[in-house]
Amino acid sequence: MDVLQLFVSGLANGCVYGLIALGFVLIYKATEAVNFAQGDFMMLGAFITLGLTNDQFWGLPFWLSVPIAIAAMGLFGYLIEMIVLRRMFGQSQVAIVILTIAMGFVLRFAAGLIWGNEPIALESPIAGKDVRFGGLVLGLDEIVVIAVTVISTILLYFFFNLTKLGVAMQAASQNQLAAYYMGIPVKRVHSLIWAVAGMVAAVAGILFASKGSIDPSIGLLGIKAFAAAVIGGFGSLPGALLGGIIVGLIEPFASYYIAAGYSQIMPYLLLFLILVFRPHGILAQIHRKKV
Amino acid sequence: MRTVFKTTYDADINLFRHGAQAFWYLSLLALMIVLPFFLSDFAIGEMTNVLIWAIAGMGLMILVGQTGQASLGHAAFLAIGCYANVLLQERLGLPFILSLPLAGIIAGLSGVALAIPTSKLHGIYLAIATLAVSILVDDLIVIAEPLTGGINGLLAPTIDIFGIQFDRYGTPVRFYGLILFVTVLVVLAYRNIQRSPLGRSFAAVRDSEISAQAMGVNVARTKAVAFGISTAITGLAGALMGHFAGIFNNETFTIIISIQMLLMIVIGGLGSIHGAFFGAVVIALLPQAIARVRDGIGALTGTSIAIPGMESAVFGAILILFILFEPMGIYGRWLKIRTYFELFPFYRRDMFRRQRSYLKTERMR
Repeated sequence: MDVLQLFVSGLANGCVYGLIALGFVLIYKATEAVNFAQGDFMMLGAFITLGLTNDQFWGLPFWLSVPIAIAAMGLFGYLIEMIVLRRMFGQSQVAIVILTIAMGFVLRFAAGLIWGNEPIALESPIAGKDVRFGGLVLGLDEIVVIAVTVISTILLYFFFNLTKLGVAMQAASQNQLAAYYMGIPVKRVHSLIWAVAGMVAAVAGILFASKGSIDPSIGLLGIKAFAAAVIGGFGSLPGALLGGIIVGLIEPFASYYIAAGYSQIMPYLLLFLILVFRPHGILAQIHRKKV
Repeated sequence: MRTVFKTTYDADINLFRHGAQAFWYLSLLALMIVLPFFLSDFAIGEMTNVLIWAIAGMGLMILVGQTGQASLGHAAFLAIGCYANVLLQERLGLPFILSLPLAGIIAGLSGVALAIPTSKLHGIYLAIATLAVSILVDDLIVIAEPLTGGINGLLAPTIDIFGIQFDRYGTPVRFYGLILFVTVLVVLAYRNIQRSPLGRSFAAVRDSEISAQAMGVNVARTKAVAFGISTAITGLAGALMGHFAGIFNNETFTIIISIQMLLMIVIGGLGSIHGAFFGAVVIALLPQAIARVRDGIGALTGTSIAIPGMESAVFGAILILFILFEPMGIYGRWLKIRTYFELFPFYRRDMFRRQRSYLKTERMR
């Protein structure tokens, strides 16, 4: 029974990592840029929801503030791309990485300024309730997290492969100039994908906040999610989820079976080994570097 | 505008391009030597800090600026250098004059050990691999507590070279002189690497790995050597940082320091020694500058403002502005201003424009 409990809580954690990793992968898939601030986007989404819902701030009903927060994060992503990232068009990937790291610093500070640096719990209706399956007691939050993650991954997968906009996004990523010649508005596609990534981050943030209290430094979770994305195979949506779940599952089992100091390094050790032996992740998409 | 007529083959690889350049750099060195005699102990301490950061910056610059390999894990090598230096002195009783270069060599060898398995990684994948190493080393320091003291940390002994004591607080001028000496050595080494075939192959790998390979450069070997030299210099900086801080633990070398080092050389200007120094000035003096501004505002309005995380936010904001408006960093801006006056009135805005490229993915789906 212990093992099953560990499994479910690890799976739920892993789903949150997977959702943040999805944000990384979405942006990478469509623009070839890596958004290191994705974890901080997640933090911001969580705090916007918290600011709208909690009684000490606005006190709106939870189910009203969730769509508002998701929409706000979508708008935020769109504007960030339009105002900041578009100027970086055609510059090196590493410059964009550094830019987004710096953006993360600023976002973390801004969140601390608005909502304070103390941990706060989101007043969420799914927090702290139990569901019983036979003899098994599971948290409602864990089940909701897993369900929402699976649904969003499936939706995004179909969005990318079946809708016109999704295909346009893939085309814009594969060859910007050719996509532009084919009549795809590459710049607007980029803005839209940042908006989608912002919304996914908001969902991840709300789910994470439902599982416990949050403070502005949870944005650093992004590093772990990034590890997850790389383990799964950067550029693959199912890979991101797979990587997230692997990292999420390793953590509770490592801390259960291995001595305390060693358990927390396991995800990074795995990341390093994956990079050495299978550099492009489990579900690799890169085959050869072209000139 | 000065035109240098090259009359010998040596003109291409001379240490200084022309006499005036030599004059100005040597005057700068002379100024740095006499300056501490006119400054307060506090200011000397700050200058020492700038120099140590500049050494660390030069270490990372060889890798990022010269060879084009991003690293988000150099704090790990600061840590290796720092711990190696102190442990060699405390456990094996080696004198500082031996333990410092040995610490550099140990850090360099660990850099090579990292470079060999990761030699196939590019760009962002390399950055994430080094990031993982930085986190791993942070945790390893805690795990290896009998050796490293874990979270309690270690105390750096006072430096003793042939009976002369170098201490940050006791003899700040002497300590500054020692750091300045190491800095000059590192600058010379860096400059000589730049002028040698090795430095040229670094630049070739940075500009295009495939072209470099076609020109007969062994890319994997070059990268490993770049990693080794870069981490060795960073290790030296780490050792000096340990003596400067006096006491250190795993928290001294977190992933945030790795990120800060990368941000520092980007603000300074990638690909030049100057960039490392400019970046070091910004990163070492920014906390002081913010504190001064905060006190000034506090005195004006009669309130005290202390906002946690202010420093990194200001740092981030400066960095965003630099990347957006001056991607070549402070040194790039300085070059532009200088060219403007040298060519007056013929300077054009587009003289430093970088060619933009449209992206093509390497993925198949």
